[in-house]
Amino acid sequence: MNIPEELKYTKEHEWVKVDGNKVTVGVTDFAQEQLGDIVFVELPEVDEEYDREDSFAVLESVKAAADVFAPFAGTVVETNEDLEDDPALVNSDPYGDGWLVSFELADGEELTDLMTPEDYQKFVEEQE
Amino acid sequence: MENLKKTPLYQVHVDAGGKMVDFGGWALPVQYSGILDEVDAVRNRVGLFDVSHMGEIYVEGKNALDWLNGMMTNNVTKLVDNQVMYTFMCYPNGGVVDDLLIYRYGPEKFLLIVNASNTEKDWQWLVNHKDSGVELHNTSEETAQLALQGPLAQKVLQKLTDYNLADIGFFRFADPVTISGVKVLVSRTGYTGEDGFEIYCNPEDATRLWQEIMTVGKEAGIAPCGLGSRDTLRFEANLPLYGHEISQEITPLEAKLGFFVKLKKKADFIGKEALKNLKEKGLSRSLVGLTMVDRGIPRAEYPIFDADGKEVGVITTGSYSPTVDANIANALVDTKYLEEGTPLWVGVRKRRLEARVTKLPFYKREAK
Repeated sequence: MNIPEELKYTKEHEWVKVDGNKVTVGVTDFAQEQLGDIVFVELPEVDEEYDREDSFAVLESVKAAADVFAPFAGTVVETNEDLEDDPALVNSDPYGDGWLVSFELADGEELTDLMTPEDYQKFVEEQE
Repeated sequence: MENLKKTPLYQVHVDAGGKMVDFGGWALPVQYSGILDEVDAVRNRVGLFDVSHMGEIYVEGKNALDWLNGMMTNNVTKLVDNQVMYTFMCYPNGGVVDDLLIYRYGPEKFLLIVNASNTEKDWQWLVNHKDSGVELHNTSEETAQLALQGPLAQKVLQKLTDYNLADIGFFRFADPVTISGVKVLVSRTGYTGEDGFEIYCNPEDATRLWQEIMTVGKEAGIAPCGLGSRDTLRFEANLPLYGHEISQEITPLEAKLGFFVKLKKKADFIGKEALKNLKEKGLSRSLVGLTMVDRGIPRAEYPIFDADGKEVGVITTGSYSPTVDANIANALVDTKYLEEGTPLWVGVRKRRLEARVTKLPFYKREAK
C-alpha cells in the first residue's frame, strides 16, 4: 500500500497536503481500494464553507455512496473538475490526479488530529 | 468473518484475493478484480460465480405435482421432465414469499432453488402447507453451486465433459452430467442476462470444479466474479431481486412480472384471489425504468417526485450501469407516470435530480 511521506492523514482515510494558505484533500490508497471502482464523484461548489466533520464530497462506487468528511473548517477554493469525466482517477492516482478539493482554512482554524505517515500505516494495519 | 457461514469455496476465494463481505450471514466475495471488470468479462467472455449459498429443497411423492401447483403462481403442470420454470410463492394477500426455480425430474420429483436469505422461511412455509403424498428434503447444506455465465460459457465447460452441452436448451437441465470426473446437475440458467450454466455439486467437489473451470477457461479470458457484479448484471437485464423489486409488500403484478402469475390456471393457488382482485381493480403503482438526465446515481430507497414536487414513488434498485454506461434505476411509481419519456425527479441526498421513464429492459443480449 502506498502512503507518501510528504502528506498527513486522517482516521477517515483522507490525506491532507498543506501549501501556504491552500490545503488540499483527497482519499488514501487504502480508501480507494476499499471503495472499489469509483464511477461518480459529487464535489462541492467553490466558496462553499464547511465545518469540521461536515460531508463535503461523495464518492460513489458501483454499489455504494461514501461521504468524505472535512478534517477541518474551511472554504472551498478549488475542486478537481477532471473527476467529472474521469472519476476513476481516484482509483488510479489517489494522491495525484485523483485529488478532490482545495480549501482555505477558516479564521483561527488549525490542523490538528492529523497522523504522520508512520502513524497512519499503523492505523491501517490495525484496521485490517 | 468468524461468525459467518462459509461456502465450500471460502478458502479458494480468500487465497485468490476475493474481497470477502458479510452477505446475509454468508462470507462471500463481493468482488475479485473489480465490478466493472467482472461485468465486462460476463457480457463479453465468461465469468465464474460461487452461489453455494442458494437453497435447495426437493419435493417428492405421488401428490408432488398437484401440491406444488397449488403453492406456486406459475403453471407447474406445464413443466416437462428436465425443464426448469421460474415462479413465485405468494402469501394470501398477493405479496411474495419468494421467487424460485422449479426443476422437474418427473411428476413425482421436483427440485426447488430458493434465495439464500429466504431458505429457512421458505422451508417453514412449505412444511406448514404440506399435504399427504408429499415429502420435503432441504439439501441446502449438502449442495454447492457454481454459475458459469457469459457468451463463452458453453465453450469453456465443454472442455471438461463428454456430454454434449448444446443438447441442454434454455431453462433445461441434465442430471447427472460428468464434469472432470465429478457427477453434477447442470442447467442452462442464470442471473446475468447472458447464456450460461448453473452447476450443482457435492461440497467436497466444489473446489476441484472451480479450479478446473478456471484453468480451462483461461484461454477464453475467464474472470472469477463476486456478488457485486452479479447484482449489477441481473439489474441491467431486468431480473428482479427479492426484497427490492418483489417482497412481502410488493406483488409480482406491481413488479411487472404478471407473466409468471397464471390467474387462469384451473388450480387455486395461495394468493390467487388477491392477485385477481388487484388485476381487476387496477394497479395503483407499478415498476418503471428510469434513466438519469442530471448527473448523479440513483440508489435503492431514494424517493421519486413528480414535476409538482409530490412524492410519487421509490427506487427499488439503482446504480451506474457499465453496460449501458448510464445511471439507471428501477422504481415503483404511481401508475400515472408509466409513459416512456415522463420526467420524474429522484431525491439524491439534499438535491432533486431529473430522470426520465425508460423502456425496460435496459439490456438484452443479442439473439444468436
